[in-house]
Amino acid sequence: MTRARALLRSFLPFLVGLPILVVLEAVTPPDFSLILVSVGVNVILAVSLNVVNGFTGQFSLGHAGFMAVGAYTAAKLTTALAGVELPFLPQVLSDQIFFALALSAAMAAAALAGVLVGMPSLRLRGDYLAIVTLGFGEIIRSVIENLKALGQATGLSGLPARTNLVWVGISVIATVVMAYRLATSTQGRALFAIREDEIAAEAMGVDTTGYKVRAFVISAAYAGLAGALISHAILLATPRMFTFVRSIEVVVMVVLGGLGSITGSVVAAALLTVALELLREFQAYRMVVYALLLIALMLLRPQGIFGTRELWNLALFRRLFRSPRLAAAATSGASPTEIRDDSTTGGAV
Amino acid sequence: MSAPLPLEAKDVTMRFGGLKALSTFNLVMQPGELVGLIGPNGAGKTTAFNALTGVYTPTEGEVRVSGIRVNAERPHDICVRGVARTFQNIRLFRQLTALDNVRIACHAGAKSGFFDALFLTAHHRSEEARILARAEEYLEVMGLSHRRDEISRNLPYGEQRRLEIARALATGPKVLCLDEPAAGMNAAEKIELMQLIRGIRDRFGIAILVIEHDMRLVMGVSERLLVLDHGVTIAQGKPDAVRKDPKVIEAYLGDAYLEEKRIALGSEGAER
Repeated sequence: MTRARALLRSFLPFLVGLPILVVLEAVTPPDFSLILVSVGVNVILAVSLNVVNGFTGQFSLGHAGFMAVGAYTAAKLTTALAGVELPFLPQVLSDQIFFALALSAAMAAAALAGVLVGMPSLRLRGDYLAIVTLGFGEIIRSVIENLKALGQATGLSGLPARTNLVWVGISVIATVVMAYRLATSTQGRALFAIREDEIAAEAMGVDTTGYKVRAFVISAAYAGLAGALISHAILLATPRMFTFVRSIEVVVMVVLGGLGSITGSVVAAALLTVALELLREFQAYRMVVYALLLIALMLLRPQGIFGTRELWNLALFRRLFRSPRLAAAATSGASPTEIRDDSTTGGAV
Repeated sequence: MSAPLPLEAKDVTMRFGGLKALSTFNLVMQPGELVGLIGPNGAGKTTAFNALTGVYTPTEGEVRVSGIRVNAERPHDICVRGVARTFQNIRLFRQLTALDNVRIACHAGAKSGFFDALFLTAHHRSEEARILARAEEYLEVMGLSHRRDEISRNLPYGEQRRLEIARALATGPKVLCLDEPAAGMNAAEKIELMQLIRGIRDRFGIAILVIEHDMRLVMGVSERLLVLDHGVTIAQGKPDAVRKDPKVIEAYLGDAYLEEKRIALGSEGAER
């Protein structure tokens, strides 16, 4: 009984999200759908990079490299399995199952790349780490550029169209849920400790190198997922999609939203993606306006839109969504501590 | 056979280039013992601490925790083995709440992993509940329950010091090393703190090693003193004996003082 409830709680965000996504997929016109897909992909990228740059306080600039690993892994799998059909299922369903497989493989491959890159480079910190991760990102890209099997500079084209809003939506939910649950767990707190003070974290029993690598690997896995999704939406995987400019775009989203804030990453990723779409009309001035927007935001709010806070920590949100019953419970929860406080000071006197 | 000693240093020497910051440092901590490590500025007290807690690897000699040699181990391993510390210049996780500071220290014993957290397994939830209860307990011991949800950076200085001790205690140590816990406090606060340290020892039965350079202060609480000067252990033993040791007086007050005192004594003798 409780087991069933725990399972329900664990998967609740997906159960709620799935029907909404199915409806969304059915009613969204195709060209608008592509914008939503790229919003979703950017959200996945920003939230996952936030685990390294925001939670752990390590500056990684190699996110696009892991995206590439994921994109190519999935692309190879889906093209190889394009004609294959599970005999007991209709073609559409069996394609979807293979796509799920490809997405998982993309995550696994990117995670593996994360281990390989993370192990040597996470001994460094700050600017040094940024440069090393940037270097590794470029290495991944140029390796792909030179591999015949991966189509070299022209990349892999004609990928089967597998990405839809349901897949993207589920992936976004999975990423946000992961980040949220990580942030509220003892593992996440170990990452925060590293961000706050590495020496103290180490002295308090946190294996700082181990946790940095773990954060890096988790982040890489989700970047791989994003890469797989975008390449199966635009039906193309080329090295040019994964240059370090792409990595920097993601860093901009994370910093803009507020380092360490999951809500911030989501909002900033969505805002910037949509802004870039809307600025399409202005053609030549597009990047200028975009850059000015960033400069203005950083001047006005250097800590990012949300700082390190989350939507649910903001007073306005609390006032809007907390029921009076919950508020009452919160105050009654506070009073025993006050009583305890009195007793301790009384004892000291 | 007796139980292994919680912490033991044998002939530990620390060299930094040509500088011998600590030479043949010997320390044996008995369970539940309160030892003071004193010495003037630059005597090598913090160096000794860093060598004991794994921040530095000793150039020579060995450090043993519960009988196990830990020379090459990283600080977090040594922490898990049961040696916790605080820092001379407070090193809290400044942007996190008091509760989270202590909860992080409870992390070392946590047996749930990333995937437990991801799927909110029963294991994860029971571990989180255990950690929360434990952290709240240590906050209460240090009289910080009312600061539970405050960002640690915003706490008053004395409370930050106490939070650091709470955090170190939460790692479940056999030996607690306090690096100048009374630094920056006034006389009354210092005395209160020393009583608190004694209270911690009595309550948890752990050995405590305190660095302090105010000699009078440690005299009162510690059972044994170790005096360092220029990296050399110049005296050790019961506080009363150490206080009268001329070498200690010299290190603390300088030759000039001794000279003066000798003259004073001499003239006193002449009068008689």
